[in-house]
Amino acid sequence: MKLTNTIKIAFKNLIKNKMRSVLTSLGVIIGVGSVIVMVAVGTGSQQKIKNQIASLGSNLLIISQNRERTGGVFLSGDTNRLTLDDAENIKKYAPSVRWASPFIQNGAQVIADGQNWNTSVYGVSPDFINIRDWEISDGSFFTEADNRVKKKVAVLGKTVADQLFPGQDPIGMTIRVRNVPFRVLGVLAAKGKNSFGMDQDDLVMAPAATVMTRLSGSRFIRSIYVSAWSEKLMSTCETEIKEAMRISHKLKPGQGDDFTIGTQDEIIQMATSTAVTLTLLLGAIAGVSLLVGGIGIMNIMLVSVTERTREIGLRMAVGARGKDILMQFLIEALVLSIVGGLLGIILAVIISLGLNIFTSINAIINVGIIILSFLFSGSVGVFFGFFPARKAARLDPIDALKYE
Amino acid sequence: MNDAVIELKDIRKKYRMGDIEVNALNGISMVIQRGEFVSVMGSSGSGKSTLMNILGCLDRPTDGEYLLEGINVQSLSGDEFARVRNRKIGFVFQVFNLLPRTTALENVELPLLYNREISLNDSKQKAMDALTRVGLKDRMYHEPNKLSGGQQQRVAIARALITSPSLILADEPTGNLDSRTSEDIMLIFKELNESGITIILVTHENDIASWAGRILFMKDGRITSDNAGKGHYRKNNGSLLSGGNGEET
Repeated sequence: MKLTNTIKIAFKNLIKNKMRSVLTSLGVIIGVGSVIVMVAVGTGSQQKIKNQIASLGSNLLIISQNRERTGGVFLSGDTNRLTLDDAENIKKYAPSVRWASPFIQNGAQVIADGQNWNTSVYGVSPDFINIRDWEISDGSFFTEADNRVKKKVAVLGKTVADQLFPGQDPIGMTIRVRNVPFRVLGVLAAKGKNSFGMDQDDLVMAPAATVMTRLSGSRFIRSIYVSAWSEKLMSTCETEIKEAMRISHKLKPGQGDDFTIGTQDEIIQMATSTAVTLTLLLGAIAGVSLLVGGIGIMNIMLVSVTERTREIGLRMAVGARGKDILMQFLIEALVLSIVGGLLGIILAVIISLGLNIFTSINAIINVGIIILSFLFSGSVGVFFGFFPARKAARLDPIDALKYE
Repeated sequence: MNDAVIELKDIRKKYRMGDIEVNALNGISMVIQRGEFVSVMGSSGSGKSTLMNILGCLDRPTDGEYLLEGINVQSLSGDEFARVRNRKIGFVFQVFNLLPRTTALENVELPLLYNREISLNDSKQKAMDALTRVGLKDRMYHEPNKLSGGQQQRVAIARALITSPSLILADEPTGNLDSRTSEDIMLIFKELNESGITIILVTHENDIASWAGRILFMKDGRITSDNAGKGHYRKNNGSLLSGGNGEET
């Protein structure tokens, strides 16, 4: 029989049993739909984390202390030898570095004009706002000169400004951090909440040198943020920084590095590894439901073969070969699974759009996973349709015609 | 003798039912010429169904030779067997065996779907012609549940006709019909036979058998009586045709 005829017959038979066909396909619809949605949500959350980290700044490298271990014990604190000079040296000796800023973070109570607010105080250099892509909405940022002379000046995040100086212009006012007065130079433009729900505007920035001497009382800094001139220069930049740091720390050849250079990709990889695992897990669970949908198809096809035994006998009597019958039932199973797969894709697209529009969940539909789950649903149809189809094809026409 | 549709030479068929071997056919030899109208009679278990299955290429004999239009069908593969059923044989069943929720036209078209050489348009035209021939021109788009028993059997006859077969095998075609409708159906068979189609009909009713020009009686897997060459066409049904030896009670 011609294939087009077989397909036509398969469609006719499925339409004759509308309700049953729809319910059978439902298993595949839900299976394919959930695979795509789950993977879309997983991909979305990965993307969110990636954006988050990318928003730290472009072509970013972070130099931090090397967590040296001796006999399984972390020698923290004492091994930290990052200083302000290191940041200077990096800028001096690594030409592919565009911006470099030391970074210190202290939690502190900030008081001003009778108002009181607990926030983070960042010790940075003016490069920091370029690296992290901050804007000044009011006033100005402190300068390299301010940093050098340890001037007691600060720039407020929007939240801090609103809390300490409600309805007032904070520029020129004084805030007190652990009893040290800082003059407010400017206010940062609001960034809003990040994807983890943290307020990014709840901070105060002050010159690193000032924060070190007045607040943390330590010679060492937590990390150095570096921005390369371009993405292409990232690996060159890493080598140059390593060289600069070894000179700055006077390390002899053969001596190990006492610092770590973290690239954005590494940070992204670390941060998204959980999301990747979760995506795989969710996808696998949804895949199981697709498999169950396939078993539903097999079940209904077996029922259909039994029900239509006489029809099969008749078709054989009028000249259908075993393979014609096999093809007919196989194509019926395939149509159920493929139509189910297509509807599942449409459903998944609608749900993903709904999630993006009406909830804060970010779902990114992946063309690859659509193709994959569609092919998978097709193979589910062939795989689970084959057994019933073979059963039909192997019927003896004489017995089949007599079947009650 | 050179225009034989069917030639059987010592056909035997054995079945195993558990430990017991049943000889359904015990050496059947006969020749059916083109254009004959043959009735096969016999009580149940006489082997007439087995014979029909073998004639219809649905089953193979254990022993013996079956030539259909000169072709030895035993040597054919399963697919070729299906092809022979498709091209050379038309089946009519007691229970009609129409596909439910399928129009008369589509039911009639069914055998042509398994013939690659015929296009969809041609098969539709042929199905219309066949339905017209059995007098169902105005019922083409009715589904079987909207048709009476007699009309359903006529659709089945049209389905058997559509491939222009060498022979039509009818297994108790009037078994589920009342006597008036049976007569209508037999008239159709008679017309078809008169147009040259070979018909073999299984029945246990004398009235029906007597429409045929030749009556075979079977018992225990053997032909016990055959009025080949002696019988005559009865123009209308009535008394039992001479030639049968009255084995059917």
